[in-house]
Amino acid sequence: MQTLVQQVLNALQLGSVYALIALGYTMVYGIITLINFAHGDIFMVSTYVAFFVGTALMSQLLRLPGIVVFVLTVLAAMFATALLAVLIERFAYKPLRQAPRVSAVITALGVGLFLENFTLATIGPDPRFLPKFFPVVTFTMGGVAFSNIQIIIIAVSAVVMLLLDTIVRRTMVGMAMRAVSWDKFTAPLMGVPVDRIISITFAIGASIAAIGGTLFGMVYTVDPYMGIRIGWWAFISAVVGGIGNIRGAMIGGYILGFVEIFTPVILPASTYRDFVAFSLLLVLLIFRPYGILGRPVAQKV
Amino acid sequence: MKRPSLSFLSRVLAPLRAAYESLPPPVRRWTTPMLLAVFFVIALFSPSFINLYWQQVLIYVGINIILTASLNLVNGYMGEFSVGHAGFMAVGAYVASILTVWVFPRWGLGEYVPYLFPLALLIGGLAAGLTGLVIAFPSFRTRGDYLAIVTLAWNMIVKSVLENIDAIGGPRGFMGMQKLTSVAWVYVWVIITIYLLRNLVYSNFGRGTLSIREDEIASSLVSVDTRKVKITVFVVAAFFAGIAGGLFAHIIQFINPRSFSILKSTDVLVMVYLGGIGSLGGSILGATVYTVLLELLRPLQVWRWVVGPLLLVLLMIFRPYGIMGMREWRFLIPPEERVETVAALMERIRRKREAVAAPAPAGGSSG
Amino acid sequence: MPMLRIRGLTHYFGGLRAVHDFHLDLEPGELVGIIGPNGAGKTTVFNLITGVYRPTEGEILFNGHNLVGKRSDQIVSLGIARTFQTIRLFKNLSVLDNVRIAHFARASYGVLTAVFRLPKYVREEAETRERALELLELMGLSEQATWVASSLPYGLQRRLEIARALATEPRLLLLDEPAAGMNPGEIAELMELIQWIRQRFDLTIVLIEHQMRVVMGICERIKVLDFGETIAEGTPVEIQNNPRVIEAYLGEEAVV
Repeated sequence: MQTLVQQVLNALQLGSVYALIALGYTMVYGIITLINFAHGDIFMVSTYVAFFVGTALMSQLLRLPGIVVFVLTVLAAMFATALLAVLIERFAYKPLRQAPRVSAVITALGVGLFLENFTLATIGPDPRFLPKFFPVVTFTMGGVAFSNIQIIIIAVSAVVMLLLDTIVRRTMVGMAMRAVSWDKFTAPLMGVPVDRIISITFAIGASIAAIGGTLFGMVYTVDPYMGIRIGWWAFISAVVGGIGNIRGAMIGGYILGFVEIFTPVILPASTYRDFVAFSLLLVLLIFRPYGILGRPVAQKV
Repeated sequence: MKRPSLSFLSRVLAPLRAAYESLPPPVRRWTTPMLLAVFFVIALFSPSFINLYWQQVLIYVGINIILTASLNLVNGYMGEFSVGHAGFMAVGAYVASILTVWVFPRWGLGEYVPYLFPLALLIGGLAAGLTGLVIAFPSFRTRGDYLAIVTLAWNMIVKSVLENIDAIGGPRGFMGMQKLTSVAWVYVWVIITIYLLRNLVYSNFGRGTLSIREDEIASSLVSVDTRKVKITVFVVAAFFAGIAGGLFAHIIQFINPRSFSILKSTDVLVMVYLGGIGSLGGSILGATVYTVLLELLRPLQVWRWVVGPLLLVLLMIFRPYGIMGMREWRFLIPPEERVETVAALMERIRRKREAVAAPAPAGGSSG
Repeated sequence: MPMLRIRGLTHYFGGLRAVHDFHLDLEPGELVGIIGPNGAGKTTVFNLITGVYRPTEGEILFNGHNLVGKRSDQIVSLGIARTFQTIRLFKNLSVLDNVRIAHFARASYGVLTAVFRLPKYVREEAETRERALELLELMGLSEQATWVASSLPYGLQRRLEIARALATEPRLLLLDEPAAGMNPGEIAELMELIQWIRQRFDLTIVLIEHQMRVVMGICERIKVLDFGETIAEGTPVEIQNNPRVIEAYLGEEAVV
């Protein structure tokens, strides 16, 4: 029983990160129907930004309190990653908006691999650790051990998701996003600055991934391949939830978190995780191609 | 769609073309087969005058041509977006390797393995072709992005399954293959692949495939059985990927699941889109240029892996249909399909009909 | 027994009723027009007949075959062909290939016969090529056979779309606004063409059209749809004098 609760906490922690990244996939898809395969690597870049900024700020000279460093690190990662995403959109995706959709997807795949290999070539393959912003405190409650870091990850993620949901549903920017995603051709006639809204969507998606990236880096190591490793899982989360649907991405993230943590519990080896996750995806796509919360698009004849 | 001009290439090749045109027709007819035979002899004796390194490069070029041409069938001719070609390659590689390393020797055929190699490749190809159905069936219901995800998942599943089967080495990989793949063998398989694919492309199935790319609904409304076409295309493409996998396994003599990751699939994608979609000549060109380019960039070490993705992005932005997009080299077009043959046939039909009846109103040559 | 018999055809898109209780009996050789304002459900009727959508309710019988639940290609093979409101040619393919693709269901050779270039493949391909070219020649597209379809002028694209439909050897031809986007001269040509192919290929034709000139000029019988309902049916003269039709087209004030 205790291990079960323990595992549930682990799954929530991991699921939170998946959900945060999945949001970026789903928002971009929602607005320009592009599978932004580079998003996982944007997340990877964000953890490196967090690593460098965090390490620099934690130096003894500054003597800043941990919480301040944490907040500054997150903000720096968010800003840098948002900038990167907007630049990618501007220079790689925008020229292809009129081109066949496949071209843009391939470009996204190319951009992702470029980021990965570029990081590999410049920084190297060795795993890195983010500095400890907070002393790790472990609580024990009814035989279940959990750390303050775990609580921070789960709580911060939940707050960010609630915030995003509110932004999309309640604010003008959110309304404009929904307008663009509904009809790219009519939205500008209604005074919606389409290009700017698309840029904002990329920026928000990337900054949320950066929050996820910093949180992730507080528990796991950072390396150039994590964009693919973690990114794919987040991507599956988005598809499982129904790509283009924000709440779907959140649900999908937690589902995948549970799949990853509980697969080794049920099956003999942890190496089956990929198999389970991708089979789940395949089966889902065959029987419910539009995910849990997604809706089928009608074809115009 | 815009068609890139080939003025540079055609200008370079113009004298050759003129020489060829001046040959008498019976000679012209046999030129291509003769040239192919001459190249085969060269390939056969190449080990005696080309060093091992360049032999290996040539072999990779050949394997990549097979991979590229077969993926082009799916991505270029049918307009679907498959990103999991390496998955089929893996199936072919493992099946063929298990045959030559375990099965044949166990049957007491150890010394005949070099002669049984084509059989091993064929069985590997067939096994891969069978798994092509895994993609074909979902493709009835989903298209575009979702099918891309299906193929991606397929690639990941194959890799993960291979990693979990300990009997064939799991993540450590599988070895013990003899070095059976030679320049001559690869050459023969390339010719077979291109010849068979060309025949397919210029058949009922090929036209059906193209019509799915152009407009799937219109295609089914002019009687194309799109399911049959999709099954055919996915199985055939997977079959040739499997053959390529078998050849690959018997040159590097060591395969592991990581050799067939999504990165490998992306390499094939680059070659398809570099050479040009919907073109077998483009596939030959794309595979050759990319393979040789990566070899020349070897001194750059890690940095050369930045080149492929960057090239892919630039291609998509500036030349999305590739060098030869939807064009074909003349010698790859069956004679009866060439423009002048069709025009001549048309002329004959017109004369015949004019002797009998009138055409549709406002028709004739008014266009 | 009519050639085509449609009873109680009803179709919903979500909560929206696109077609309601549509009936049609078609005798061989007839030329029937369907008219109605935009969004009246005309094209939806075509989509239901050709299997693009599956009807919510109703039955469609064609020469005794039940069409409901059949795939489009099966329906086409039974002898129904159609064209589209907005031209849907295979743009990047040659004019010849556009027509040859419509021979798909009739080819009897298999994949292996094709890839190994067996005699059967060679023979059938030669036959297909010749028949496709004959059709193109007949339809006045002989000069353009090797052109890329998208390079044809608009009028010829319409013509090619009809040729492509004819290549499936239909008994029944469904034309969806063939005169859309044409100038008066082209429209006159088109009307002549429709009557000519009807004779030449012994066709039964259903025509959706906005151009009253076309419908009134060549149709023997007309059905009028409005908001998915059939509001009138009869000869061109009857339709022109039907108050409900005038109301649907011009609004109530015009009647008064």
